[in-house]
Amino acid sequence: MATKIVFAGFGGQGVQFVAKVTAYAGMIANKEVSWLPSYGPEMRGGTSNCSVCIDESPIACPIVNDPDILMALNTPSFDKFESMVVPGGTIVYDSSLINKTSDRTDISCKGIPATKMAKEKELPGLANMIALGYMLKLTKFMDADIIKSAIEKMVPASKAALIAKNVAAIDLGYNYAE
Amino acid sequence: MSKQLMKGNEALAEAAMRAGCKHFFGYPITPQTEVAAYFAKKMPKIGGTFLQAESEVAAINMVLGAASAGVRAMTSSSSPGISLKTEGISYLAGSDLPCLIINVQRGGPGLGGIQPSQSDYFQATKAPGHGDLHLLVYAPESVQEIIAYVFEAFDKAEQYRVPAMLLLDGTLGQMMEPVDFDLLPTAKPADKPWATNGHKNKREHNIVNSLYLKPEELEIKNFERFERYEVIKQNEQKAEEYMLDDAEIVIAAVGLSARVAKSAINQARAEGIKVGLIRPITLFPFPVDYFTKIKNNPNVKEILTVEMNMGQMIDDVRLAVECKKPVSLLNRSGGIVPSPSEVYNRIVELNGGKK
Repeated sequence: MATKIVFAGFGGQGVQFVAKVTAYAGMIANKEVSWLPSYGPEMRGGTSNCSVCIDESPIACPIVNDPDILMALNTPSFDKFESMVVPGGTIVYDSSLINKTSDRTDISCKGIPATKMAKEKELPGLANMIALGYMLKLTKFMDADIIKSAIEKMVPASKAALIAKNVAAIDLGYNYAE
Repeated sequence: MSKQLMKGNEALAEAAMRAGCKHFFGYPITPQTEVAAYFAKKMPKIGGTFLQAESEVAAINMVLGAASAGVRAMTSSSSPGISLKTEGISYLAGSDLPCLIINVQRGGPGLGGIQPSQSDYFQATKAPGHGDLHLLVYAPESVQEIIAYVFEAFDKAEQYRVPAMLLLDGTLGQMMEPVDFDLLPTAKPADKPWATNGHKNKREHNIVNSLYLKPEELEIKNFERFERYEVIKQNEQKAEEYMLDDAEIVIAAVGLSARVAKSAINQARAEGIKVGLIRPITLFPFPVDYFTKIKNNPNVKEILTVEMNMGQMIDDVRLAVECKKPVSLLNRSGGIVPSPSEVYNRIVELNGGKK
């Protein structure tokens, strides 16, 4: 089964990176993957988004207009993509930055105060990974261990200290109870 | 080496170095700047030359100089930058020099936008510069295919002494997909007895030139070059056929548009609509032979081209089927990519509204 995901937020929140971790994990799980960033003026500040497809068979169109899963890390992104999520799909959003939820009854919309948690647990800049951990728990689209080994492979040796923090952030999100 | 997750722009630069290209000359422009950035980092490590020129015009003329000396040389740009390079491209063709030119297309005309487009199809295939000339033009659809055709383009450019172009779009340049460099063939550099590379007076000197003031000489040169183009047309046509066997509706699309079309075709096939795809991979030579089969196939009722421009390849499709089949167009422009649902809806429409 194909999984189509949109990651969206402000430039600087690590939207492209969390999407890359997800695509990389798909690749090491021997799936077909694609990672497509927005590359317009938004990458120089403003909203940024990234489409990831994970599939058993070759990916035809890499552009995601109908995500199964949306990670929204700011309000403009939530507003832009909420209506595009397919019925039965899931929205995971940062409830410390987005003060609303969806009126839709045909999707699951779950908030996690990822930015607040990152601050409290001294995991600066890792709200994206906390949200990813929560997304993994809610949607089960991929095993958390595969995501963790993707992080290990992607972080360069010179920044090895960041691996433990990223993994801790995944766990924190995964174990979050509403 | 296992699979790596790489951007199209970066993977093509890596592939070029593996194909033996040690000379890159460029000038930055969105959405292809990662090509130059990758070379800037890696080229010095293999003893190669990365040079950011003062302009696109300078860069293409440096390619001409390097190619004259017989080395694998390349440049890369996006639509407005390619327009600036066309003078040099014409000189390269007129000098019978092999090289690789990358165009990661963005919306035009003019400065246009920076979102993906296929609106340089005519420029690449019909008039890549002044005078009677063609380029070998390849239009891959994935990052893995991009790296394969970097190799092919260099090899064929040298075999035929014709500049080659990889025609991509912003999406293919920017997206990451797994690539496996182990799947690449070995590069096959041609002998270059014509190269102006220094010989210590051990042979007659070579001249690389595109200036022929005597019309009789220039005409001979042009006829000879077009004989080579004829050989290319016979031997180098490439296309992918997707679900074509029993197709009644045939879509023709390249690059990203073809991937969008495949999504739509998968959806339509699931509902029993007989639709398939011809995806030209070489745009010059246009894969006429593939369309000839369609022209002569009584099952085929409709042809639809899906393009990210105002309708350019549709002309070549009509010529290739000699207007024996109805050919229509689905297109978006300005940097908008058609959606799979738009294509699917048109397929249903062409199928008489039946799902």
